[in-house]
Amino acid sequence: MAIIPNIIFAILLALGVGFFAKNVKKLLRNIKLGKDVDVSDNTSQRWKNMAMIALGQSKLVRRPISGFLHVVVYVGFIIINIEVLEIIIDGLFGTHRIGLNVLPSAVYGFLIGTFEVLAVLVFIAVVVFWLRRNTLKIARFWKSEMTVWPKNDGNYILYFEMVLMALFLIMNATDVHFQELNSGNIISQYIAPAFSSLSVSTLHLIERGAWWLHIAGILVFLNYLYYSKHLHILLAFPNTYYGSVKPQGEFNNLAAVTKEVKMMMDPNVDPFAAAPEGSEDDVPEKFGASDVQDLNWVQLLNAYTCTECGRCTSECPANQTGKKLSPRKIMMDTRDRLEEVGKNIDANKGVFTDDGKQLLGDYITNEELWACTSCNACVEACPVSIDPLSIILDMRRYLVMEQSAAPVELNNMMSNIENNGAPWPYNQMDRLNWKDE
Amino acid sequence: MSELLKVPTMAEYTAQGKQPEVLFWVGCSGSFDDRAKKITKAFVKLLNKAKVEFAVLGTEESCTGDPAKRAGNEFLFQMQAVTNIEVLNAYQVKKIVTACPHCFNTIKNEYPELGGNYEVMHHTQFLKTLLDEGRLTIEGGKYKGKRITFHDPCYLGRANNVYEAPRDLIRKLEAELVEMKNCKRNGLCCGAGGAQMFKDAEKGDKEVNIERTEQALDVKPQIVAAGCPFCNTMMTDGVKAKEKESDVQVMDIAELIANAQDL
Repeated sequence: MAIIPNIIFAILLALGVGFFAKNVKKLLRNIKLGKDVDVSDNTSQRWKNMAMIALGQSKLVRRPISGFLHVVVYVGFIIINIEVLEIIIDGLFGTHRIGLNVLPSAVYGFLIGTFEVLAVLVFIAVVVFWLRRNTLKIARFWKSEMTVWPKNDGNYILYFEMVLMALFLIMNATDVHFQELNSGNIISQYIAPAFSSLSVSTLHLIERGAWWLHIAGILVFLNYLYYSKHLHILLAFPNTYYGSVKPQGEFNNLAAVTKEVKMMMDPNVDPFAAAPEGSEDDVPEKFGASDVQDLNWVQLLNAYTCTECGRCTSECPANQTGKKLSPRKIMMDTRDRLEEVGKNIDANKGVFTDDGKQLLGDYITNEELWACTSCNACVEACPVSIDPLSIILDMRRYLVMEQSAAPVELNNMMSNIENNGAPWPYNQMDRLNWKDE
Repeated sequence: MSELLKVPTMAEYTAQGKQPEVLFWVGCSGSFDDRAKKITKAFVKLLNKAKVEFAVLGTEESCTGDPAKRAGNEFLFQMQAVTNIEVLNAYQVKKIVTACPHCFNTIKNEYPELGGNYEVMHHTQFLKTLLDEGRLTIEGGKYKGKRITFHDPCYLGRANNVYEAPRDLIRKLEAELVEMKNCKRNGLCCGAGGAQMFKDAEKGDKEVNIERTEQALDVKPQIVAAGCPFCNTMMTDGVKAKEKESDVQVMDIAELIANAQDL
């Protein structure tokens, strides 16, 4: 009979981890729907970026208040998770506080004491986060793309964290044996008196209840990640690794275009020659992106990594001056469409079936795309190396090269460049006239 | 004054069997825009003063393709790029200086993959080098003690991490350099980038250049210094819209240095 809780625990753990693994597989499959892109260069710089930006939170702290609060939650989250290891061992083997058996009690006390202090700090930071979102109403959390779900999603995560931290402290406070040890109960010793009127058996029930809810809560939280904006806690690491290592001003040169341009410039090429049978030239290349499959997989990873903090949007000159463009919305739309495509594939036995929708038009409008000044403020602002600008550019490429749908003034500018080598209608032969004016 | 400008072309240099120290890439704006032409001339005066052996491509120069690329027309961009690279490589150009951050960024970052490998400098970096090497001297002159704020061009600053060269030059003028609320990597765009220069803005409640001009006026400068012909236009328009053109001048750094020396 005594083994039943262990079995229940093992099943719970297997279900929690198994369901998460299933979604991770789906996540990877969706990301791989993107085009291939070479990211094998600059490995040492990439590791450095990951260490500095994700692990070291270097870009987060550029905004000192939210940055500091985030570091508290981040450090707390990582360190307190060491405790989860003990919970899992205890749960599987029916032990209680196995750490006390394997560690000197002073060391154990130090560890748990640290966790308790961090738990309180995390709790406070999360409350401040909630107040910033809901009471202070900081503008970036109230932009138009922050509809009901994104707002609720943000709050749910904060509630989760508050409850998990509270359960951890209650679990310690109602653990009679642990309190008697009086080592590491730095915080919980002040919570324990609140329960002092209860009998030992009631205390034990509360302690067990808090223990079970804590681990169950962690498993639910783990599985909530995939459905929420909160995947950044995992994806920030690969995302900062695969993020751009080039100067921000450098936009990629489309290789397919290079091939065609070189052919046009080469007098020896027969323009009417058919491509050899079966070569990749058989399939006409689509220029730019109108849907998520036209983007590369790093751009799709970007979309899953975005946690909707809105720093990009708050720095965007177009958004600041009331235009519809919001770089955060570009990322949210990309993710939403990618999820829709993923569900479509699931529903159609692994093959995407045209649903008459696409990222361009159904999610992102031309008006948003044309409002971008390509200033890179959004890229600079992102704490986890997301590049909304590259998606905007790829979609502009589709509009211009596949649909000739540029605003008329831009078409004039481009035909000037084509005809006179300048964006204005001046003759190239007059280029040096300034010298004598 | 203008008859004193020495502006040799690459073709002339080649005809004499010589190679200049640096190619000055003038850019479309610097060649055709009335305001930007003044920047071009100011920079040439400084090059002449420092006895730099430079050349321009003149009628052989063509748009780098930057606005086409940013508008999404990769074909047109690469056609322009490949054509320009052919010309530059035929003249065996090694080093390029330009007063336009858009040309600077495009030639420096996007041409190499297409076969154009050059050392590319923004004119503020080049002027800084001339100073460091003692080929040019700056005295504060008429700008001594003036309040000057520098507007970071996106394609010089964030795009290529050049923040200090223009500021060093302003300090050399013994001017009082004041920074706007958004500066350096947080600098706010003037509103012209990404081909916006050539079209009306989308519907909104304000023009970007007005927002940026307000930030500049907030620090009460006598001069707004720029390092990009497009920023210069946008900020000049912004100052006019705010009816401050009698109190605040928008000047390129090259003009400030040239004026300081009464060139």
